[in-house]
Amino acid sequence: MNPVYYLYLAALLFTIGAAGVLIRRNAIVVFMCIELMLNACNLAFVTFSRLHGNLDGQIIAFFTMVVAAAEVVVGLAIIVTIFRTRHTASVDDASLMKL
Amino acid sequence: MISLAAAASTGEAVQFWLLGIVAVVGALGTILMKRAVHSALSLAGTMIVLAVFYLANGAYFLGVVQIVVYTGAIMMLFLFVVMLVGVTAADSLKETLKGQRWLAAGLGLGFGILLIAGIGNASLKEFNGLGEANAGGNVQGLAALIFTKYVFAFEVTGALLITAAVGAMVLTHRERTERARTQREQSEARVREGKQVPPLPAPGVYARHNAVDIPGLLPDGTPSELTVNPTLRARGQIRDVSRESLAELKALERRSEDWLGRGSGEQPEAPPSGGASPKEHKEGAKK
Repeated sequence: MNPVYYLYLAALLFTIGAAGVLIRRNAIVVFMCIELMLNACNLAFVTFSRLHGNLDGQIIAFFTMVVAAAEVVVGLAIIVTIFRTRHTASVDDASLMKL
Repeated sequence: MISLAAAASTGEAVQFWLLGIVAVVGALGTILMKRAVHSALSLAGTMIVLAVFYLANGAYFLGVVQIVVYTGAIMMLFLFVVMLVGVTAADSLKETLKGQRWLAAGLGLGFGILLIAGIGNASLKEFNGLGEANAGGNVQGLAALIFTKYVFAFEVTGALLITAAVGAMVLTHRERTERARTQREQSEARVREGKQVPPLPAPGVYARHNAVDIPGLLPDGTPSELTVNPTLRARGQIRDVSRESLAELKALERRSEDWLGRGSGEQPEAPPSGGASPKEHKEGAKK
């Protein structure tokens, strides 16, 4: 099997995630779409690692996972805080800084 | 497993096509499902499939970490927040910007075409394979790299994790600024308000249904929404059994009377709107 199929799958998943970020307005779902994009990148990294025969790609994917975990923790805390003060999780309603 | 060398087997191709479809369906489910819980579960499915792909690509450590960290920790954190937030936070369907959804879908499609065309132009023939790099074990190989070449990034990651943990605690922790109201003050406020002085009535219908999602009946037989938990009310998950069960009971009585032969010589089934007429017929037959 050609390695390019894994890259096609990663590109497809990344595209679906990006479209989801643009389409959905529930902040939690937008966050899930960002996670999907990060996962697609990880798949590409792992494929490249096997393609080139060294482990550097896997190391980068590992660091991506760590950063994603930290990002999810802070992001969900922000969503919970916004929900507490404004009683909504829609990204349209967080418009305090709009002129 | 070390035979994951240059050429990928047909077995791997079969696995790729089967699980790849599952992954794409899960990703589409994530962005198309209306409820956030369903989106989260679809995304968890996609992540498990990706873990299998990592394992197939010789990234044994990452495959296990993907399952433990992503589907185990991150997705459960998502579900936890959906539980905290999601009940009343339905995604509104009205568009703030006109045509934004179609524009976004079009942009996504264009982006995908661009990306896939770019990959299609690359000349990738075969995997070099990880047989050599994984020779001393995948975990050992990764550890050797992390603690030599990438040790600075590793240290910075530690700082990032500590910052994230502290940040999450600062953001979600709430200091109580005013004194908690005592029970006496609460009851005084309730009496002064005068809306609902005694405790709320209990849900359920006596001796038939006592589930919490079934409203209790008022003296005139109408269901009282006040008896059901406000969360269930917000979700629209109130089960109103009174009307249909009354109709069922009526139909059962009629059928049993038919069976006993008391209702001979009348129409077999009457429409539910004319529920009173068969009884009159029966009474006429008895006389």
